[in-house]
Amino acid sequence: MRSIAENDLGTPARESAKQVTLIIDGRSVSVPEGTSVMRAAALADLKIPKLCATDQLEAFGSCRLCLVQIEGMKGYPASCTTPVAEGMKVTTQNGKLAQLRRGVMELYISDHPLDCLTCPANGHCELQDMAGAVGLREVRYGYEGDNHVHKYVPGKGEANPRFVAKDESNPYFTFDPSKCIVCSRCVRACDEQQGTLALTIQGRGFDSKVSASVAESFLESECVSCGACVQACPTATLTEKSVIAKGQAEHSEITTCAYCGVGCSFRAEMRGEEIIRMVPNKDGHANHGHSCVKGRFAIGYATHKDRITKPMIRAKISDPWREVSWDDAIAYAASEFKRIQGQYGRDSVGAITSSRCTNEEVYVVQKLVRAAFGNNNVDTCARVCHSPTGYGLKQTLGESAGTQTFDSVMKADVIMVIGANPTDGHPVFASQMKRRLRQGARLIVADPRRIDLVRTPHIEAAHHLSLRPGTNVALINSIAHVVVTEGFVNEDFVRARCDLASFDKWRIFVSQERHSPEAMQDVTGVPAAEVRAAARLFASVPNAAIYYGLGVTEHSQGSTMVMGIANLAMATGNVGREGVGVNPLRGQNNVQGSCDMGSFPHELPGYRHVSDDVARGAFEAEWNVKLSPEQGLRIPNMFEAALDGEFKGLYVQGEDIAQSDPNTQHVTASLSAMECIVVQDLFLNETAKFAHVFLPGSSFLEKDGTFTNAERRISRVRKVMSPKSGVGEWEATQKLANALGYPMNYTHPSEIMDEIARLTPTFHGVSFDKIDRLGSVQWPCNDAAPEGTPLMHVDAFVRGKGRFLVTEYVPTTEKVNAKYPLILTTGRILSQYNVGAQTRRTENLAWHSEDRMEIHPHDAEVRGVVEGDWVGVTSRAGDTVMRAHLTDRVQAGVVYTTFHHPFSGANVITTDNSDWATNCPEYKVTAVEVTRVSQPSEWQKRYREFSDRQQELLRAAVTDVSVK
Amino acid sequence: MNLERLVIMANDIGGFFGGEPTAEERIAGVSNHLAKFWDPRMRRQIVAYAREGGADLSDHVRAAVLRLDVPPKT
Repeated sequence: MRSIAENDLGTPARESAKQVTLIIDGRSVSVPEGTSVMRAAALADLKIPKLCATDQLEAFGSCRLCLVQIEGMKGYPASCTTPVAEGMKVTTQNGKLAQLRRGVMELYISDHPLDCLTCPANGHCELQDMAGAVGLREVRYGYEGDNHVHKYVPGKGEANPRFVAKDESNPYFTFDPSKCIVCSRCVRACDEQQGTLALTIQGRGFDSKVSASVAESFLESECVSCGACVQACPTATLTEKSVIAKGQAEHSEITTCAYCGVGCSFRAEMRGEEIIRMVPNKDGHANHGHSCVKGRFAIGYATHKDRITKPMIRAKISDPWREVSWDDAIAYAASEFKRIQGQYGRDSVGAITSSRCTNEEVYVVQKLVRAAFGNNNVDTCARVCHSPTGYGLKQTLGESAGTQTFDSVMKADVIMVIGANPTDGHPVFASQMKRRLRQGARLIVADPRRIDLVRTPHIEAAHHLSLRPGTNVALINSIAHVVVTEGFVNEDFVRARCDLASFDKWRIFVSQERHSPEAMQDVTGVPAAEVRAAARLFASVPNAAIYYGLGVTEHSQGSTMVMGIANLAMATGNVGREGVGVNPLRGQNNVQGSCDMGSFPHELPGYRHVSDDVARGAFEAEWNVKLSPEQGLRIPNMFEAALDGEFKGLYVQGEDIAQSDPNTQHVTASLSAMECIVVQDLFLNETAKFAHVFLPGSSFLEKDGTFTNAERRISRVRKVMSPKSGVGEWEATQKLANALGYPMNYTHPSEIMDEIARLTPTFHGVSFDKIDRLGSVQWPCNDAAPEGTPLMHVDAFVRGKGRFLVTEYVPTTEKVNAKYPLILTTGRILSQYNVGAQTRRTENLAWHSEDRMEIHPHDAEVRGVVEGDWVGVTSRAGDTVMRAHLTDRVQAGVVYTTFHHPFSGANVITTDNSDWATNCPEYKVTAVEVTRVSQPSEWQKRYREFSDRQQELLRAAVTDVSVK
Repeated sequence: MNLERLVIMANDIGGFFGGEPTAEERIAGVSNHLAKFWDPRMRRQIVAYAREGGADLSDHVRAAVLRLDVPPKT
């Protein structure tokens, strides 16, 4: 069912420099060449009846309802498949057309149930609308004959062999074949939009029916539950269960998804303050009307019973919680921070901002740290994901952000994906990438694991460089070696755009024989010929684009690898236009924004170092306070300082460091050593179990603000329901600042953005009004680029000349040996998100109810492990137990798991190793041993005990008299 | 803070700049990085260690650390 708010123009837009003018029902219409007659008519506000056409999909021409008459053409062509021509004269309505359309509708309705009044699509059904539009008054064929509608043959009581019962296996939507008109919109949506090709039309003629995989249930099939088919369905055949339960929405509001860094635009379809469903926005600049299972369906957490909506405090973490008023909670937190700073010094407190919160919320937290705490101890979870991107791209290109729009991929000839799994981590962008690959772009995948993209319907990677975890830099140096020594350098680009001294140094470095694919193949495990072929392919096409993820950054050499990628892009001239670029796939919805907003301990908003007197001076003038010129502690440094007794107070905004950060036991020991931890979150997450103050947070549905996605695109988040705690997150932070004695007086998040714009050169032109007007805007947005900057580094690099850096391969110290012979690497899965705090509280558990350890069958066999066995996983840092899944997706010698469930303890195993430049943890390489076991690990037993105790303390929460 | 961790982290930085062709570039690279990214208490601690000999620091890292200004305690 399409959105209640969108107008469907029937066929997709066409781009053409040439305009074509035609006459439709006497109206002159001008449209780009290639546009269909149906779309041209719709643009002239003429509605041609249609069923199989929708502007999200290519025309199909099967329903025969949209036929028209065109002067000089024979018969009655379908307007959806007929392109416009200059001077064409079209008639969309006359007696003959009406008669034909009624005939078509009569046939459709003769095999369709007549339960319109109780049907969930009632009021928003295209079949019903068309029956009305064509004036259908009778169905002469009756309903007694051969049909798909009735369970029993009418009048006979025997089972109807054509009838197929409703499939309710998917937790979010139902499939009712009795209502299907076989328009193929669902099948085409699965093909064209999602690119999974899970659906098909089975059989021929009257036997035709929609089938998921080979007649499987939707849940068991290859369906990834993106919901594109549900949105495409013109009847109630595919319907959201929420619509079945509640009825139609009555209004809608455009907002931005709070899951991954793609930042999809959605219409929240509402009834009052209740969400009926989320429908991806057709005009969304990042997603163009597509979505994934998380963004569209997994929103139940926002109203989950586990939500905590009242502030709570306690003196010790062994005490029960005490529900108090907002004023009391804030006063308590402020007095504790003041006490700690008085006792242990100004630098003994700090904060962690959230990459899931809005830019405005993050900005006020870092402002609180710098202005009210008086230090720079603020960091963000980007520390543990893309901090190397910020560092590496700033050093080479001059700006800490990706260079392109997502749409740029449609011009790429070669796509290189390094250490990213887009179909799971960034599914909506992956669908666009797959669309380009199906059009013929070539694919190179560098990943230790055979990710889905390597071979998927109609797509096969030209090269899968299945390297050993931890050898990225060795691989990129080998690729660069081939580019430089085989004459693939784009000399013109380098001479015009790059710093030549740095280039020459780099050229000499990578030319050394020790970096050749032959010399490095024993290190990387990738055959030299494969590396050479991939390098030649990458460097020999007009447009080659690199997409990368945490498989690049979360290594001891994460920053080196980011620089290696930038070096390669510059050397081959692949920066500064569409179809190319360096594209970090950012993890969380607002991780780009949280970095932009000055969440790092060394940088003010806009990536200006705290020691920069001019930048700091501007903030001091606006904030009316003296700021520290010394960088503060990063998250891992905070933990170290806590264990030393020098760091005692932490304000955590919407993050769960006790689950997401490496070496869990080290983290929890640090948290236990602090005297005041304030957690602002929706739930009592793992970190909150160590907290003294709990400030209830608000979901993205409960606030106004902005998120910035991986393309630097700033989009609006809009409040569609009141905050359940009564107080927005930025307001809570403001209250805390005021209680600490630093005044903040914002009355709306737009005022915070106005301040950001005043103080940040790349945001000078940004305002809520402008975003509302343009839909979204990509920074830099200022006088030089008033409507934003889709592509960066077009004529010159942000830093002037592009700078090459020497990228020495330094092997990680995390090495396998006889005791720890396997390498563990971690990742994520489509249905779950990060620590799972949100997705575990939704029906997405149907796809992933526990984390599993993927192990190669050979490694499993020598350990006597079979599918589903409990296995102990032990590293130098700790041990845990989870169930084994045998698969040859991982190489022999490598095991893999996800970290979505706290009890899995994936991060109990990961170590303190980190990126040399940014301290981003080395999540992707841990030496482990795997053994069959029969019970949970000691850590898991302790965890369960502690966690159960904390839940009891929550249940035992007493309510203060003042809030009763 | 845990000195052993600080030494490892400083040597990791040294590892990257170890690829630079001249000794001066190697030392300056490490020194600038520490000055820009390490919190004052971490710098104080590593400088004190280097002044006492800094046995576990690589040579160019020790030289780089000894170039750092020691920020006063606040």
